[in-house]
Amino acid sequence: MTVQTPSADNELLGQAVATRKIGRLERFLGPDNYRVMQGLLKTPASIAGTILISFFVLIAIAAPVLAPPLNPNDPYKIPRDGFKAQPREMGSEWRVRPPEVPFWWKAVTGKDEWVHIFGTAQGQFDIYYGIIWGTRTAFKTGLIVVITTVLLGIIIGSVSAYYGGWVDMVLMRIVDILFVLPSLMATLILAAVLTPVIGRSLAPAMIALIAFGWLGYARIIRGDILSVKERDYVMASRVIGVKDSRILFRHILPNAIFPTLVLASLDIGTVTISFAALSFLGIGTEVGYADWGQVLAFARNWITSLNTYWYIIVWPAVTLVLFVMSWNLVGDALRDVLDPRLRGKI
Amino acid sequence: MTTYIIRRLLLVPLLLFGVSVLIFGMLQFLEPIERAALYTRDVPKNDNMITGVIKKYCLDCPMYQQYWNWMAGRKDPISGERRGGIIFGDFGWSKTTSQPVIQLIQRRFPNTLDLTLWAVIPVIIPGIWLGVQAAVHHNGWIDQAARIFSIVGTSVPIFVFGLVALMFFYANLQWFPPGRLSDVYTQVVTSSQFHHYTSLLTIDALLNGRFDVFLDALRHMVLPILTLSYISWATFVRVTRGSMLETLRQEYVVTARAKGLPEREVVYGHARPNAMLPVVTLAGFQVVGLLAGVIITETVFDYPGIGSAAAQASAQLDVITVLGFAMFNGLILIVANLVVDVLYAVVDPRVRLS
Repeated sequence: MTVQTPSADNELLGQAVATRKIGRLERFLGPDNYRVMQGLLKTPASIAGTILISFFVLIAIAAPVLAPPLNPNDPYKIPRDGFKAQPREMGSEWRVRPPEVPFWWKAVTGKDEWVHIFGTAQGQFDIYYGIIWGTRTAFKTGLIVVITTVLLGIIIGSVSAYYGGWVDMVLMRIVDILFVLPSLMATLILAAVLTPVIGRSLAPAMIALIAFGWLGYARIIRGDILSVKERDYVMASRVIGVKDSRILFRHILPNAIFPTLVLASLDIGTVTISFAALSFLGIGTEVGYADWGQVLAFARNWITSLNTYWYIIVWPAVTLVLFVMSWNLVGDALRDVLDPRLRGKI
Repeated sequence: MTTYIIRRLLLVPLLLFGVSVLIFGMLQFLEPIERAALYTRDVPKNDNMITGVIKKYCLDCPMYQQYWNWMAGRKDPISGERRGGIIFGDFGWSKTTSQPVIQLIQRRFPNTLDLTLWAVIPVIIPGIWLGVQAAVHHNGWIDQAARIFSIVGTSVPIFVFGLVALMFFYANLQWFPPGRLSDVYTQVVTSSQFHHYTSLLTIDALLNGRFDVFLDALRHMVLPILTLSYISWATFVRVTRGSMLETLRQEYVVTARAKGLPEREVVYGHARPNAMLPVVTLAGFQVVGLLAGVIITETVFDYPGIGSAAAQASAQLDVITVLGFAMFNGLILIVANLVVDVLYAVVDPRVRLS
């Protein structure tokens, strides 16, 4: 038997350790991002989710083309066709002050007049406009709320875990107290109190969602940091004398944060539901602001005759559900990719 | 065990204090003059009246004093006795419904409790069953179906589900109307012959021997219960499935299989009881959540519970009423969470040892 000695080209190492070819794309994106991208395109469900999200992004971008606003300075105001309470059916003509007809309308349908594509809701608010411009509202509120809550959560969670002691104690007790009230109840109250102060706009509901939204993230980040703190590589850097703050910001946080960040971005779906729920309850924006929850709220007075006026709930409901579902589909796929216990098995 | 309960009990006053400070703090977003408006019923005729109200209710006092007044009642300048105060059950005056907030709560809470009691089993059991099945047939069709259901389920907002349910079962089929009772039976219930023993409508109806009232009340609760159930099924499926999968990988399950126990016995006798622990906590919190007033469900179905009352008050910016409800909710939740925690410690010895 011959004794193998390691040669210069590391042949033995190559046999012992399974190697994988790293493509150009993976090199470009980095391993974490590449894994995320793989997750997005892995199963039919995640592909469907990705396509749906892209579709909504397109709608949001093209909103001024799809539904030209009556007043370009105030595009989120749903145009009204008169003031009659009774909803009007799909495809009925504009009577009072129609907005500009989009250029593609004639090309597609061959008609000159602009119609209510999805009908009008109570008070003659055009449902189609509410849906199209509501997409922008959904993205706007979702992104702002999620980004702010995650940042707050990361800051508070890492401060809590890093300083420990009484700072940790106080911060975590505050979290406990804020967790006592159910989140919808808490946001409802805060938004109701803030509305007289700030005025009717998107702000009260968003602030309320942020104020009670960071709690979960702070807890998760704190837990992650506390567990990463015990890892060997942290111990190793401590042994060679790296400062605590450097260990936190250069070694612990990047390792603890990445999964949380990606998963948090998918909470846009949940935030959209909460926001729509608040405006459905009549909190937040003025009547007639393009926002799915509000368009749905118009249906509340017509419950007895929903068999005739089905379109006043079906179209906004389908839009809202598809939007949230697209985030959930993608989230479900990414959760598998990013779950540390499953890492490396995909 | 006793030390655990005592430790947990000591936390209650702290939480109560924290929640009350939180709610009081929210009120401080408003200027004294805006808060004065919350106390006056009519439009004040001149500035003196406004300053009078601010003085009388001490709205420009230091914060801690206002908090004390709010909690323990304020001293009447003339007679010197204390009036109102949260700890004496005075939550303030509800302007939009023209009655004390506590009275509004007393009227509405039994309805919410009634709904909660009927909803417990449909909310909890099917989700757990589906979760266990999904885990046992891991990656089988039932698992895939449960997964799709939980994604779709969490994507449909409660109010959308409620509205669509109303469209089918009320507008089209006329089976399950919204509200609490049909008009005919409302008259029966408000008449002097109908005794309110427990103020829970369904139970009172049975005690009075009025099956028709009982059935009508149930008929109005079918859709709210369905809505509440479907939303928690998604959660229960996910948690039960995860916990069950974890347990089925344990060594004692392998041992049980190795010694030749039938699969049925392994799954339902050995694995399931142990997998139920996180599910029990979840169930506790879900029921507690129901009790705290299911705001959207009650609003969609026009069900007169505390949730819909809170929603109406906040839509009309009736801050005092909303804060009263919040305080009441906080109280219920803290006590109920305590009960859940203690029960959990009874079920799982690992909790009280940690």
